[in-house]
Amino acid sequence: MPAWLFTFVAVLAVLGALGVILQRNPVHSLLALVLVLSLIAVLFIALGAVALGFLQAIVYVGAIMVLFLFVIWLLNLETEPREGGRLLVKLAAAVLAAMLAAELAALAWRAAPGGAAAAGALHQGANYGSMAALAKVLMGEYLLAFEVTSVLLLAAVVGAVALARKDPGAGPQSSTPGRLEPPLR
Amino acid sequence: MSPGVLAAVQFSWLAVLPLGIVALAAVAVLLAGARAGQDQGEALGWFSAAALAAAALPVLASLGRSRLAFDGTVAVDAYSVYFELVILFASAMTVLISLRYVAEMGLAPGEYYALVLFAALGMMLMAAADDLILIFLGLETMSLAVYALAGFARRQARSAEAALKYFLLGAFSTGFLLYGIALIYGAAGTLKLEPLRAALAAGTDHRTLLLCGVGLVLIGFAFKVAAVPFHMWTPDAYEGAPTPIAGFMAVGVKLASFAAFLRVFGLHLGALAPTWTAVVWVVAALTMTAGNLIALAQQSLKRMLAYSAIAHAGYLLVGMAAGSNEAAGAILYYLLGYAFTNLGAFAVVVALERRGVEHESIADLRGLGARAPGLSAALALLLLSLTGMPPLAGFVGKLYLFKAALDSGLVWLVVIAVLNSVVSAYYYLRVLVAVYMQEGGVAVAPLAARPALLVAVGAAVLGTVLIGVFPAPYVAAAGAALRSALSLSSPGPLALIAR
Repeated sequence: MPAWLFTFVAVLAVLGALGVILQRNPVHSLLALVLVLSLIAVLFIALGAVALGFLQAIVYVGAIMVLFLFVIWLLNLETEPREGGRLLVKLAAAVLAAMLAAELAALAWRAAPGGAAAAGALHQGANYGSMAALAKVLMGEYLLAFEVTSVLLLAAVVGAVALARKDPGAGPQSSTPGRLEPPLR
Repeated sequence: MSPGVLAAVQFSWLAVLPLGIVALAAVAVLLAGARAGQDQGEALGWFSAAALAAAALPVLASLGRSRLAFDGTVAVDAYSVYFELVILFASAMTVLISLRYVAEMGLAPGEYYALVLFAALGMMLMAAADDLILIFLGLETMSLAVYALAGFARRQARSAEAALKYFLLGAFSTGFLLYGIALIYGAAGTLKLEPLRAALAAGTDHRTLLLCGVGLVLIGFAFKVAAVPFHMWTPDAYEGAPTPIAGFMAVGVKLASFAAFLRVFGLHLGALAPTWTAVVWVVAALTMTAGNLIALAQQSLKRMLAYSAIAHAGYLLVGMAAGSNEAAGAILYYLLGYAFTNLGAFAVVVALERRGVEHESIADLRGLGARAPGLSAALALLLLSLTGMPPLAGFVGKLYLFKAALDSGLVWLVVIAVLNSVVSAYYYLRVLVAVYMQEGGVAVAPLAARPALLVAVGAAVLGTVLIGVFPAPYVAAAGAALRSALSLSSPGPLALIAR
C-alpha cells in the first residue's frame, strides 16, 4: 500500500472517529461511524486481507449499522444534551486512553526495524486473505462447522419466535380459552 | 482453484447421518407444528420420539468402525456411540414425559418438540466433536434450544425468569469458553484436538497463554455442568422451567457437557493434568458439599432435585480429578445410571403435576404411598438409587467412581464424597418419610391414564435396577468406549494421563 494512500485513509478515519463522539445528533454520529468502518474496510483490502475487508463492509457497514439506525429510530433518541459527565467516568476514560496510547507506542517502537518485511512474511502465497482461501477452509476443513452453524441459527430463530410471538395457545392461567393476553415482559 | 482441492477433503457424510436425521426431524416437526392443532400435539411428540429412535440405528451401525471424519473434526468411536445413544435415549424419554404435559399446559407443540430435537442434535455433536469449534457450536445449539425451552411456559413469571437467568449466565459462560478456545488456538496453533494433543506433547513456548486458555475453558464447562461456584442459575432455572425440560437439563445437558469435558481435558489435555486436576479437586469438593448442604433446606421437590443434580456433578468431578482410565470409565458408567435415575425422578414429578396446580412441594407428597402405591414405589426406588443404596445403579456408580479415586490417591476427596453421600441420605429419605409415613397432601391422577408417562417411569425404574444389579455389561461398554477414544487418539499405550 502506498504511503500517501494510507495517510489519506487513516487521517479520514481518525476524523470520522472524532465525528462519532463529537456529533450531538445520534444519527449524525452513526453516519460518521459508517464512514470510519468503510475506511477500515479499505485499509483491510489495501493490506491484502480482501475477504476480511469485504466482510467488514457487508457485516458492519451494512447489517449492523442498519440495526443501529433502527434502534435509534425505534427509541426515538433526541439530540443529546451536552453535559459534563461525572469526574470518575472522565478519569477512567483518561486512564484507558493513556493505556491504549502506551500500547500503541510500544507496538510502534518494537515493530520499527524491519516492520515491513515482517508484514510481508505474513502474506503466505498469492491466495492470502482472498475469498478463495476463505471458501476453501469453509467448504473443506470446516464444512461441518459451517453446516452446523445454519442449524444453530435455525434453532435460535425458532427459540426466539417461540418466546416472543403473541399467543402460544391457551395457557394454564388464561381463564377464558382463546382470549389473547399480553405476553409476559 | 482446481476442483481437486475439495475432493481431497474426506467428507464421509455417513458419520453425521444421525445428526442429519435429528435435524431433518426437527424441521419436519416444526413445519407440521405450524399446521397442526393443539390436539395433534401428541402425534408430533410420537414422531419426534420415533425419529430419535431411528437416529440410534446409524449410531449403532458405526460401532466398531472407529475413524476421524471431516478432516479430523468429528470422531466416530465407541465413546461417541456410547454418549450419543444415552443422549438419544434421554431425549426420547424427555419427549415421552412431555406428551401429556405439553397438551395440558397449552404449550406450542411444534416448537417445543423441534427445540428438544435441536438440543439433542447439539448434545450429540458435543459428544462426537474432536474439534474445539465444533464442540462450541454443539454447545451453543444445545444451549440456545434449552434457554428457549426453559422459558417456554412464558405466561408464568417463574418460567420467564428462569429463561432469562439461564440465558444471561449461560451467554456469559459461553464467552469464557470461547475466549479460552481462542487463547488455546493462539498458544498451540490448532483447534483440532488430535493436533492439539501432539502440540502439547511436543511442548509449547506459550505455556502461560495456554494455561489461561485452559482455565477459561474449564470455567465454561464448570458453568454447563453446574459446578460450584458457577451453579447459581441451576435451582431457579430448574424450578421455573417446564418440569420435563428440567429433567432434560439435569440429564441431557450434563451428559453432553461431561462428554466434551472428559474428551477435551482427560483425553487431549492430559499433558497439563497436574495443573487442572488440582483445580478440579477443589471444585469437586465445593460442589459436592454445597449441593448437598443446600439441598437439605429445600421444601420444593424440583429445587431439591436441582441441588441434588449439583451434588452429583460434584461426584463426577471427583472422577475427573482422579484422571485415571478407571475413573474415566467410572464417569461413563455413573452418567448412564444417573440418566436413568434422574429422568425417572423428574417423570414422577411430572406425574404429580396437573393443569394449573403447582404440585411439587415435598409436603404435598404426604400420604402418596396410600393413594398411588405404584408411583410411590417408583419414586422410592429412584431416590434410593440417587442416595446410593445397593444394589441400585447409583450405588454401583459411586462404588466404581470412589474406588478409582482412591486408587489415584485422592483419599481426602473420597472421604469428603462419602460424608456427602451420608448427608444426602437425609433429604432423599425425607421425601420418602412424607410419602409413606405422613397424612395429608394432594390427590393425584392415576398414572395408567397416561401411557407415555407410564412407559417412561417404567423404563427408568427398570434401567436403574438392571444397571445396578447386572453392572458388568455396562461397565464393559464404558471401558470399551474409553479405550476406543484413546486408541483413536494415540496408537501408543492406553493411558489417559501420564502420571
